[in-house]
Amino acid sequence: MITLTNIRKTYAARGGGAPVHALADIDLSIGRGEVFGIIGRSGAGKSTLLRTVNLLESPTAGSVKVDGVEMTALSAAELRKARHSIGMIFQHFNLLSSRTVFDNVALPLELAGMARAEIGRTVEPLLDLVGLADKRDRYPAELSGGQKQRVGIARALASKPKVLLSDEATSALDPETTTQILHLLADINRRLGLTIVLITHEIAVIKEICHKVAVMENGRVIEQGPVFDIFAHPKHPTTRSFVDPVINRGIPDSLRDRLSHQPGPGSNPVLRITFTGAKATTPVISAISRRLDLDLNIWHGQIDEIQGAPFGTLVVEALGDQARVDAAIALVKENNLGVEVLGHALPANH
Amino acid sequence: MLSPQIIDLLIKGLLDTLQMVAVSGAIGTLIGLPIGVLLAVTGRGELLQNFAFNKAMGAVVNMTRSTPFIILVVAIIPFTRLIAGTSIGTNAAIVPLTVAAAPFIARVVENAVREVDRGLVEAAQAMGATPFQIIRKVLLPEALPGIVAGLTLSAVSLVGYSAMVGAVGGGGLGDLGIRYGYQRFLPEVMLAVVIVLIVLVQIVQSTGDLIARRVNKRNLKS
Repeated sequence: MITLTNIRKTYAARGGGAPVHALADIDLSIGRGEVFGIIGRSGAGKSTLLRTVNLLESPTAGSVKVDGVEMTALSAAELRKARHSIGMIFQHFNLLSSRTVFDNVALPLELAGMARAEIGRTVEPLLDLVGLADKRDRYPAELSGGQKQRVGIARALASKPKVLLSDEATSALDPETTTQILHLLADINRRLGLTIVLITHEIAVIKEICHKVAVMENGRVIEQGPVFDIFAHPKHPTTRSFVDPVINRGIPDSLRDRLSHQPGPGSNPVLRITFTGAKATTPVISAISRRLDLDLNIWHGQIDEIQGAPFGTLVVEALGDQARVDAAIALVKENNLGVEVLGHALPANH
Repeated sequence: MLSPQIIDLLIKGLLDTLQMVAVSGAIGTLIGLPIGVLLAVTGRGELLQNFAFNKAMGAVVNMTRSTPFIILVVAIIPFTRLIAGTSIGTNAAIVPLTVAAAPFIARVVENAVREVDRGLVEAAQAMGATPFQIIRKVLLPEALPGIVAGLTLSAVSLVGYSAMVGAVGGGGLGDLGIRYGYQRFLPEVMLAVVIVLIVLVQIVQSTGDLIARRVNKRNLKS
């Protein structure tokens, strides 16, 4: 649905300094009906990247294809027409304070030259969809943040777009309202088959509704893939820093103090076993104990759900000799589960 | 007390003043409003960024605005004659008042339009709006409370300017005050003129405030 190839955006620096690379070497492919998340800290370039999709920001180099159309090759008039099929919602809603809820949602249709009667027939069902039918004649100043964003969503959907761009749409909302808005977006994605591209700095948003995710830093995409894979096996340190707090791969501090990188006298290896997807229910722990006669002292465990698939981590201290520990690692790998040696646990009284 | 003749003169003066302010304000708005919008949208980083136009138009506006009004009135007498056929009287006074009002209004409109949140323009652009549609459907309606407040300010200034044209042969309350109050030593006429002007300004200001409040939907109680 959306293909970004080799996108680069460079700003000439003022006063003859080095040019600023806002975006560099970006390649993204977003499938039809996908909810695609772009996460990064502020200044990572995600907002600029999102705006290249509808060419609010034109890239210095590279290709932007939306539904097979090369956006960078369009004339100004063609681009305006193409934008009718790309809806956009914003962090601060960007509603017209001088227009009622109904008239705000009607705006893109007025701009497209739709007749007044037909506008009514289009807007009313949208207000029902976002649950604001009773607020149709209210002004934005009379609405809560969540209600304003619902108006924003209805407005973005009015021209029946194929793509919805979401610019930190929940960042100005409280957690409860955020969840409601995300559910609304997920619902719209399912019911209308709408492709959604969203940017956020909150990993919880990615976890809640995205199918795929790209992680950005310093104007580059440092990691991308299905949300489940990125959460289960984050590779880049920045990705880990995003993922760790929500899936709690960490170990309690009291136990961390006993952990050393090098084996010491009387130490035992500490393993982290990762269960993903269907394998999350494999009884591997009891298999190790029975078949290898190796006791495992469970330190920490967690089962989470990402995109409807179970995901678990278990941190265990292996109480046995090296040969049996190696055999246990081999057994875990045989079962296609993830395993890594975190370190060595020194005796508690050490 | 004021004699009936003086009261007649006061009423005539008030009507002349109202006529001067209304006509020069209306024509000034017709000229100043589009210029103000153009100044706002051609500025740096704006919708139709155009430095050359912005600088040139800005210079013209500043030129008229930095000329003291009393000098402007005298300086453009040939132009006034050309338009009004005379340089004396109420109709003639409307010409310099309009020339002063248009750039003033242009600046207050420019400020009001600039106050509109950049995000709204971006949202409209994302919807595929043309620059003209953005001006008509987004910038003007959203700037309306500011524009009304600016026009009120302009009208109040025009009341003051209209009194000044009295000094150079214009009609209205200023003319009455100078000829009867000052030159004929009738302090009670001067006082009456001042009181009428104060009341007039109060009415203009209150009406403007009321309209600005009506069109402002930004601070509604929920």
